[in-house]
Amino acid sequence: MSSGIEAQVLQPYKYGFVTDIESETVPPGLSEDVIRLISQKKGEPAWMLEWRLKAYRNWLKMPEPHWANVQYGPIDYQAISYYAAPKQRPKLDSLEQVDPKLLETFEKLGIPIEERKRLAGVAVDAVFDSVSVATTFREELKKHGVIFCAISEAIREYPALVQQYLGSVVPYNDNFFAALNSAVFTDGSFVYVPKGVRCPMELSTYFRINAESTGQFERTLIVADEGSYVSYLEGCSAPVRDENQLHAAVVELVALDRATIKYSTIQNWYPGDEAGRGGIYNFVTKRGACRGRSSKISWTQVETGSAITWKYPGCILQGDDSIGEFYSVAVTNHRQQADTGTKMIHMGKNTRSTIVSKGISAGRGQNTYRGLVKILKGAEQARNYSQCDSMLIGDQCGAHTFPYIDVRNSTATMEHEASTSKIGEDQIFYAKQRGLSAEDAVSMIVNGFCKEVFKELPMEFAVEAQRLLGISLEGSVG
Amino acid sequence: MTGKGKRERGKVLLEVRDLHASAEGREILRGVDLTVRAGEVHAIMGPNGSGKSTLAQVLAGHPAYAVTAGQVLYEGNDLLAMAPEARARAGVFLAFQYPVAIRGITNAYFLRAAVNAIRKHRGEVELGPVEFMDALEEKLKVIGWDSSYLTRPVNEGFSGGEKKRNEILQLAVLDPKLAILDETDSGLDIDALKTVAQTVDKLRRPDNATVLVTHYYRILTHIEPDVVHVLAGGRIVKSGGKELALELEEKGYDWLREEAVVA
Repeated sequence: MSSGIEAQVLQPYKYGFVTDIESETVPPGLSEDVIRLISQKKGEPAWMLEWRLKAYRNWLKMPEPHWANVQYGPIDYQAISYYAAPKQRPKLDSLEQVDPKLLETFEKLGIPIEERKRLAGVAVDAVFDSVSVATTFREELKKHGVIFCAISEAIREYPALVQQYLGSVVPYNDNFFAALNSAVFTDGSFVYVPKGVRCPMELSTYFRINAESTGQFERTLIVADEGSYVSYLEGCSAPVRDENQLHAAVVELVALDRATIKYSTIQNWYPGDEAGRGGIYNFVTKRGACRGRSSKISWTQVETGSAITWKYPGCILQGDDSIGEFYSVAVTNHRQQADTGTKMIHMGKNTRSTIVSKGISAGRGQNTYRGLVKILKGAEQARNYSQCDSMLIGDQCGAHTFPYIDVRNSTATMEHEASTSKIGEDQIFYAKQRGLSAEDAVSMIVNGFCKEVFKELPMEFAVEAQRLLGISLEGSVG
Repeated sequence: MTGKGKRERGKVLLEVRDLHASAEGREILRGVDLTVRAGEVHAIMGPNGSGKSTLAQVLAGHPAYAVTAGQVLYEGNDLLAMAPEARARAGVFLAFQYPVAIRGITNAYFLRAAVNAIRKHRGEVELGPVEFMDALEEKLKVIGWDSSYLTRPVNEGFSGGEKKRNEILQLAVLDPKLAILDETDSGLDIDALKTVAQTVDKLRRPDNATVLVTHYYRILTHIEPDVVHVLAGGRIVKSGGKELALELEEKGYDWLREEAVVA
């Protein structure tokens, strides 16, 4: 009878294949010339290039941040290729023109982009390395006035909308990685939901890194006009490689009066191997602005991948009565490190925020929750509820919690709850004594622990999230 | 009906031979011998620290205990060589003295997962949520619960008594061949004790057996045991009929200790 609850078996990452496709890759290195080249390849207007260059010049002066509770060697920004695209193009009019190898890749990942095989009621934008290769259901969405396309396309087709909102939530000089992204971002999704429209289907973007020695710098912008509603989901994966690859994305959300944006992430970038070789550095800036009265932004994230995760999806609650939510499950197994949480900035009156964070550490994983709740002077009657729960599997992992609270209005109500539990032999034994296998027992206990977050995910993806969690923790209990 | 010797004795279900077990290097069981036949109810009594719960846990395969010597046969197979889940699937059930809570998982989900794990093992079709609910309704009535208990997380926020009742619900649903009840009666009020005991008594059949680990005589007024054993110092020091339990109730355990020393 083994009594240890430690990792014995390593399950291979199931999305680690490489698609053999001819791609056009810009040689490694970053300079104004490279930025000009990217901008030119995208056929961008002059203002966009100017904005990129401004961001780049700022970035050059910024130090790489090291306050997060993660450790990694120096990143050589000149060794990264900033643009990789499958050869083919120019513009695709229909999916028939998409390279079958690309369709096959997404099919293998469980993301069918041929509409006849579509996920019921989900429109998909598929991004492969630096470019968007296909966006489904565009015509259907157009009927409702909803714009859903690659951001590079939006810059060309809807320049006024993009110019009005791009960088309005995450400025080009917001932080080191956001500045880098602003300079070199290649693709991502753009969504605009017009006044009073409830987007008729879930929108989703699937990001796939394929090429070697490249970074992925996508940028997503979602604008929900007055009284509209949209639910958006992103998923991602990458091949197994010994090198670390950088993924520095920026996501900006804008919700106007009474608008609601629900943004869900299932992050499954390659986490590196058992010894910590390889894996994605996931350094991401995500922020939403509840600009309008009674607007609402809800972030739900399930972070199971990446060697290092550094992200704090936040909400700026500007509009009176606006609501911000953050529901998170972060899993670190083997040598994975995550420093993640949220920022809730209360500016408007009667603004409310809810934070539910579940951190699961196994193997030698290190999991940090870092969150800021800030109540500004004018935020009368603001309310926050935070709950941070950590679960430890085994005795070589770590859980850390850094909740920052900054209250400048005495009418605020703050609640904070935190717990740390160790998945115990007793719990597993109890389930086993009822006939369940160790794996099923752990999966059940962990899923129960994460339930409050999973119930926030769109139905189609809640199942996927549970399955993914099972895979990430496979072998963590003997 | 249940009296010893009035009927054919059943097949041997469990045979414990000279079982020694320790926890954290300390020997707790020091040579337990016990034979349980199908159709029988055995009560194992004894003072605190005598090894009653350890015996129950070792039979179920708790990893905190190391078996250092002896043998346990269950239906003729080496029980100690089986993983805890394999024992459960083969029909060994332990009602825990301290049932464990599982956050976020409903009682109904947990029960169905357990039933299906066992059905799968037997090569039977797994039950869907609806079919399962139908079967569950009946069992609920037996222990006097309404369906609200099914949607509550497993043992979370349950009172001590509710937890024990929940163990008995699981027992009724899983319908094992060998049920080991580890002090299920402690912490129950009179009414709950009666419900629990009656449920266990109803589940008695010629092809199953129950081992009741208990401190107190009172549960035996509802479930008549075929054999009463006294465990002291990690050994069964005396076995007898129901009258032995009564004697213990009156005299306590001290006299047995002396007897054991003499023996």
